[in-house]
Amino acid sequence: MAVKVYGKPQAVCPQRVMHCLVEKGVPFEFVLVDIDTMEHKRPEYMEKHPFGQVPFIADGDFELFESRAIVRYFASKYADRGPNLLGRTAEERAKVEQWLDVEAITYSPCAFSIVFNLFLLPIRGLPGNKGEAVASMEKLDKILEVYEKQLARTKYLAGDEFTLADLTHIPVTRYLVEHCGLAYLLDDKPHAKAWWEDVSSRPAWKKLMSFVASGASFYAP
Amino acid sequence: MAVKVYGPAISTATVRVLLCLEEMGAQYELVPIDYSTGEHKSPPHLARNPFGQVPAFEDGDLMLFESRAISRYVLRKYKSSGPDLLREGSLEESAMVDLWLEVEAQQYDKAISAIYIEIAIKPVYFGGVPDEKVVAESVEKLGKVLDVYEARLSKSKYLAGDFLSFADLSHIPYTHHIVASPHASLFESRPHVKAWWESLASRPAYKKVTAGTPTSK
Repeated sequence: MAVKVYGKPQAVCPQRVMHCLVEKGVPFEFVLVDIDTMEHKRPEYMEKHPFGQVPFIADGDFELFESRAIVRYFASKYADRGPNLLGRTAEERAKVEQWLDVEAITYSPCAFSIVFNLFLLPIRGLPGNKGEAVASMEKLDKILEVYEKQLARTKYLAGDEFTLADLTHIPVTRYLVEHCGLAYLLDDKPHAKAWWEDVSSRPAWKKLMSFVASGASFYAP
Repeated sequence: MAVKVYGPAISTATVRVLLCLEEMGAQYELVPIDYSTGEHKSPPHLARNPFGQVPAFEDGDLMLFESRAISRYVLRKYKSSGPDLLREGSLEESAMVDLWLEVEAQQYDKAISAIYIEIAIKPVYFGGVPDEKVVAESVEKLGKVLDVYEARLSKSKYLAGDFLSFADLSHIPYTHHIVASPHASLFESRPHVKAWWESLASRPAYKKVTAGTPTSK
């Protein structure tokens, strides 16, 4: 029975999960939960996901939420196929988890504040908070300076291989670059810029973007 | 060679790592980092944690930051000498541990840390006054999270399942302060949450690590 991913395909957190599945060559069915009509806050959905968020997955009888728990699950389950996403030693694994936590706690909240105020609200005809967005952009610039230093030493965040730590950054960064005009933040950071160009041109990521654009429900590798 | 933890003993994130080391009976050295002199932003510390935060962790050539990543590393390294807190022998159990760790780091931590900052950090370290509006909003937010926890813990002895895991222990650092504050009722009023907390607080590692830490008034 195929994996089911519940959410909205344009949303960042479901995209993390789908990207991981595409990297690992795992087929899945995408089931729309329409966050635009607050479907994720309705009792039927909240029975599955008590915090009313997306994504939610079902892998046979096993159900899970929290995108970073989900990608760790699939990266472990399918460790023997596709790219190694978790590091090869205890030390490498620790670096993967370090940068996963940086993404979750430091990078993404800042990035989301920008995307929310400069893109998500305006496309709904609502005013974004420009002051909040600008403050977040300044913060993001400083965060990216730290990334630049790391990426001058290693090709990817946790080492010389692409791992979950890089993967979880991609969906929100695409919004920053393509919908919020923030590519320029990478102009004075050559290693971070090269890293972004590399990870965003991965075949699996491009396949996922085509899948999302197609509006299809079933992904087959 | 003993591993090293860099950070103030009262820092909640540092406490998270110390709890794991104590649970596993590991030898470690705590190297204090003095916030009052800006030591956390000094070049030697930035070389350990480029975001200028605490804790940082050193094991031989390995330097790590982010308390939950450090904790996972510690729990794996000393796996044979303490409880199984990551459940990596089971794909599904370890996924449940990861799930509740994410919930702790995103939902729980955001709400509870905001309360702690207002009622403890601001007055004690900055001579400031708690912003009652922020406290009230954070208390409400934490209450909603704890409602989910109450429902979960009425079905499962611990968060990830009927086994204690790192997902439970990761909640200790901030909770320790809030249960000693006027907002303890958040925990007291929810019977399963209360029992869960009491179980965590009865652990020897908890008592040892928090013995020296001041709780907010």
